[in-house]
Amino acid sequence: MTAPAVERPHRRSPDADAHAVTTVGLTKQFRGGQVAVDHVDLAVPTGAVYGFLGPNGSGKTTTIRMLLGLTRPTAGTHRLLGGRMPEDAATLLPRVGALVEGPAFHPHLSGLDNLRRLDAVDRTADPTTSRARIGAALDRVGLTPAGRKKYRVYSLGMRQRLGLAAALLRPRELFVLDEPTNGLDPQGTREVRTLIAELAAAGTTVMLSTHLLAEVEQVCTHVGVMNSGRLVAQAPLAELRAGTATRVEVETDRPVDAIATMQRLELPDVVVQGRRVGAALGELPSDRVVAALVYDGVPVQGFRVVVPDLESVFVGLTGEGFDVSG
Amino acid sequence: MSAAKQYALVPGAFVPVPTLRPSRAAAVDDVPALTTGFPAGRMFRSELRLMFGRRRNQAALAVLAAVPIVIAVAVRWSGPRGGGEGPAFLSLVNGNGLFVALAALTVALPLFLPLAISTTAADAIAGEASLGTLRYLLTVPVSRTRLLLTKFAAVITYTFVGVLVIAVAGVAIGLLLFGAGPAALLSGTPVGFGEAVLRLGMVCVYLTLCLVALAAVGLFVSTLTEQPIGATIAVVATAITSQVLGAVPQLEVIHPFLLTNYWTDFGELLRDPISYGALVPGLVSALIWTAVSASAAWARFGSKDVTS
Repeated sequence: MTAPAVERPHRRSPDADAHAVTTVGLTKQFRGGQVAVDHVDLAVPTGAVYGFLGPNGSGKTTTIRMLLGLTRPTAGTHRLLGGRMPEDAATLLPRVGALVEGPAFHPHLSGLDNLRRLDAVDRTADPTTSRARIGAALDRVGLTPAGRKKYRVYSLGMRQRLGLAAALLRPRELFVLDEPTNGLDPQGTREVRTLIAELAAAGTTVMLSTHLLAEVEQVCTHVGVMNSGRLVAQAPLAELRAGTATRVEVETDRPVDAIATMQRLELPDVVVQGRRVGAALGELPSDRVVAALVYDGVPVQGFRVVVPDLESVFVGLTGEGFDVSG
Repeated sequence: MSAAKQYALVPGAFVPVPTLRPSRAAAVDDVPALTTGFPAGRMFRSELRLMFGRRRNQAALAVLAAVPIVIAVAVRWSGPRGGGEGPAFLSLVNGNGLFVALAALTVALPLFLPLAISTTAADAIAGEASLGTLRYLLTVPVSRTRLLLTKFAAVITYTFVGVLVIAVAGVAIGLLLFGAGPAALLSGTPVGFGEAVLRLGMVCVYLTLCLVALAAVGLFVSTLTEQPIGATIAVVATAITSQVLGAVPQLEVIHPFLLTNYWTDFGELLRDPISYGALVPGLVSALIWTAVSASAAWARFGSKDVTS
């Protein structure tokens, strides 16, 4: 198993213009001594949709909290949109829309009033455009009809939408979205993915923390994988996929002969399991393997090419399964 | 790798993978320059709306308003009892309606006022933390110092309103039931209605300053926890413990340091002439308690990891 980013870590000093988020040696050690985030070097390219992946408890949320200045790193530095954090938080964070660990609002206020409050506390928000911006944000997440209802009665999906509306209260250059589709129905999930695609198409950088691989496959251009507090891989999505070899698998009565053929073809990583023989394909076209098997008189009862799916890539990186139900 | 190829790699995708392109120009055009030149006070007004919009806080104010009404009605229909029984000023109520307000303030001072103020003060940071809204305020961003100052200003406002509600309700029901007869101060000097109202106003200001010290303690406790109820209990317990210790003569040596020690000194404002010197210890005590607690709150909150 190869882990591309481990072999080629982003050690080069990242250009501020080219990266919306960079961290160098970002570390968080809790008072108990537990290291939640361990020397993480993130590099989120400007304009990317960056899938921030990892099993539960791998340090994703702690990293995001540090990025936004909510918690203090015990070591390391980070920059957002080219500026230093947390020193320049006052000028940087208004350009960042964030959804951290699910939505949180005042239950006794309506969705509209909650947004009004968030806009009112923003010193850099123009009060004269407040009403229009709030209306547009509610509209964009499809919450206008429920805007005057109390947050208390919102379903989880509506709450999630309101959280997104808060992030959309003003134009942003970077979105940091922690599990934005959590609790949404399939329709809502699709809408959020479309929204993310729209934001990205407008040039906004999106950093998307998720454990749903479908989400990553559909919207992300770049991926960073966390495991046990470490960043175990970071690469463009296509590159990460390429790191895992396509395999062939043949089903036959005479597996020993099949093994011999595959070895003659110099296919690496030959394995046998009962009647099935598999091997990595390498550079060879798959039809050549079938031809060789037939030429050698191996009865081919079944043959398939196994393209690596993202899940196996991540299981290889993290040693843990993901929830792929989404 | 081109965008088209990436798309092709993802057969199930119904959302096209967007082209990765240098987008500085677009981003800069879309995002207006940051300005902080907008009129200040929006956040404070929002905070007041939040605080006075809560049923719980409205109910607390209603209870405070009920205190003078209960006293006035009781005195009016049962008549004054002889002797030194009951709270201060109660025996004077029958003579002048304004004393209803003073009697009510005396009755509310040990528990009702501290309870109402502790609830709002303890809620300041811990309440937002327990809801999770704290993390969204901080990422707006609101600087921690500004958040703390705004919260404190709102709690001070609530404290003053709480005291004022008792005074106004007291004056209103007092005038209604007893009329504005000739008022005599504690020193026996008769004063006019205007002068009496002025004295009452000064009492309200003095009590507010004393209670702000308690609010500052509440603000500090609020930065220590994510449980607003726990913080409220801690602050009320502080006020009550302070009063209990203040009632033990053997502990006289620590009395000057107690939070509640000088609260009842407001009686000095009802003498003629007012001995302002007698109010100084209370004001200094309130100032020190406020400064120390608010600083502690600032130090604690400024460096706190927000994990709620």
